[in-house]
Amino acid sequence: MATSTTTVPSAGPSAGSRSFLSRLRNGDEIARIVTFLFAASVVLITVLLVLQLWHDSSLARHKFGLQFFIKTIWDPINEDFGALPFIYGTLVTASVALLIAVPLGLGAAIFLAELAPQKISDTLQFFIDLLAAVPSVIYGLLGIFIVVPLMRVYVQPALKHSLGFLPLFQGPAYGVGFLTAGIVLAIMVIPYIISVSREVLLSVPRDQREAALALGSTRWESTWKVVVPFARSGIMGSIFLALARALGETMAVTMVIGNTAKLSASLFSPGYSIAAVIANELPEASGVSLEALIELGLVLFLFTFILNGLARLLLVLTTQKGSGMGHV
Amino acid sequence: MKRLAGLLLVVLALGGIALAQNALLINGAGATFPNPIYSKWFDDYHKANGNIQINYQSVGSGAGIKQATDGTVDFGASDGPMSDEQLKAYSDKHGSALLHFPTVLGAVVPTYNITGVNASLNFTPEALAGIFLGRITKWNDPAIAGPNKGVNLPAEDIVVVHRSDGSGTTYVFTDYLSKVSEDWKNKVGKGTSVNWPVGLGGKGNEGVTGLIKQTPSSIGYVELIYAAKNNVAYGAVKNADGVFLKADLTGVSEAAAGAAKNMPDDFRVSITNAPGKKAYPISSFTWLLIPAKFSDAAKRDAMKGFLKWALTDGQKGVEDLSYAKLPKEVVAKELKAINSIQ
Repeated sequence: MATSTTTVPSAGPSAGSRSFLSRLRNGDEIARIVTFLFAASVVLITVLLVLQLWHDSSLARHKFGLQFFIKTIWDPINEDFGALPFIYGTLVTASVALLIAVPLGLGAAIFLAELAPQKISDTLQFFIDLLAAVPSVIYGLLGIFIVVPLMRVYVQPALKHSLGFLPLFQGPAYGVGFLTAGIVLAIMVIPYIISVSREVLLSVPRDQREAALALGSTRWESTWKVVVPFARSGIMGSIFLALARALGETMAVTMVIGNTAKLSASLFSPGYSIAAVIANELPEASGVSLEALIELGLVLFLFTFILNGLARLLLVLTTQKGSGMGHV
Repeated sequence: MKRLAGLLLVVLALGGIALAQNALLINGAGATFPNPIYSKWFDDYHKANGNIQINYQSVGSGAGIKQATDGTVDFGASDGPMSDEQLKAYSDKHGSALLHFPTVLGAVVPTYNITGVNASLNFTPEALAGIFLGRITKWNDPAIAGPNKGVNLPAEDIVVVHRSDGSGTTYVFTDYLSKVSEDWKNKVGKGTSVNWPVGLGGKGNEGVTGLIKQTPSSIGYVELIYAAKNNVAYGAVKNADGVFLKADLTGVSEAAAGAAKNMPDDFRVSITNAPGKKAYPISSFTWLLIPAKFSDAAKRDAMKGFLKWALTDGQKGVEDLSYAKLPKEVVAKELKAINSIQ
């Protein structure tokens, strides 16, 4: 045994048939094949998903072409469909959610990982994990019964009063709309950002902190200038996760967004998101309506793909500019 | 342990065989609105005829029509009659027709929330169409205030609430608006989901009610059953004979009786804005969609037996669940039509 351990486990193709058999007997090869199949199945499922969406939306794609992306009408009776209001609603609500959730979540994660005593950190982490496990329909209900009235009675009038000169905060205050949906989404994605970011910050090696402190920096300087940049790629990962969740969230959004397919600069205005319209209209749809909904699914997939790609690009660019620190 | 598992398997297998031999399984899918009464019917019928088990998935009228057309279920169900194209798609695929059988009736009511107004409001068709088209924007508009003398309506903006999910309720309501307003017919039309000119969307009856309860100066529409069960206040609507009526089961049955005289042979009829002094104008049938030709004789006989039972004995329990009964004339015509199923 002692001699065989000297060969590198990933020697692979160059190894002879006898060692293949022995590796098979050891279980290495079996484990490799099985885990490879599991990994490949993820890719396969994604590809099949896109192919199916592509195939099932052929009628709508041919009928509307690229117009689908710029038309603002959604008329199931005259079978005229455009995706723009839904794309807009999805992007606006996800942006509002991230604008709120990223500073809050990152701040909380820094506190939990760097500043809080171990006991408090662990206890709070338990509650945060609990929050991440709450079903979205519960967030939607809280949204309808608590956030919506608060928005209509207090927040929106206050915003109108103070920042009403901006087009973002104009128009009638219904309570439901882009802003409310964004806030509910923010509440939903914050636990993801905190949880993942905290883990990443905790895994930053002690020497990094000690070196910074030894060079005379304060506790906060070592956290903000050394630990956080070191953990940057992992923190970005937590934000992608939050973004993906915000883009695809259906139930909670449809309960508070107002479900109105229109474009409006005001965050108070009711809107619609891609996932929400699919959930709402799919059961009763047929023919071109159904295909247009499936094409919307394809569009959502495309946007998730593009945004993830952009985020990864951003990550690569910022990591190269920085001091070339490791991946997490 | 192994022996026990083996024994269990044998018992399960035997049980499975026994079930397969005795029970005739019929699958249906479609409208959500009649789901409570259908579930009760299928359950009661199974109790009376132990060998027949009917499963029903309330997946929505559109999905019901689709699944019946695809042949993945034995029968469908819909809140709106199928279009000519849909029927043609079915007969092209199966070489025989899909038949409509009205089972029960429902209605749609306007519900609202106006601060300081507790009175039951009267709505003319013009006022309803104007509000949902976005032309009437204030509660004190003469079109609303006119038939509501003595009610102090505020000069507030009207917030319109409609269903965001595709639904038979929307179909009935927009079918009514299309009949009473030429503008609605041309600009919006009727369907399970439409391109609403104004308003917020709520998911399901509960979503609409929730939005209305929370939003002052709002108006929307919900199913009569939902309003009755949840004590939602609703208004009266002026019918084709000029009488303001609050929806109730008699008013709905009355609307169907008016239509029964001119009932087409395929039962695809809209009874919104039906004539008759006591007829509630926003009423509708809901239909079971049954193939005219079954390949399985046992299923055919079971389905025919069930239909006959549902239209006669089954009608007795209908009003307990807030559905309106079918008028006698319609039942008589349907019983004749059942015989044509092959």
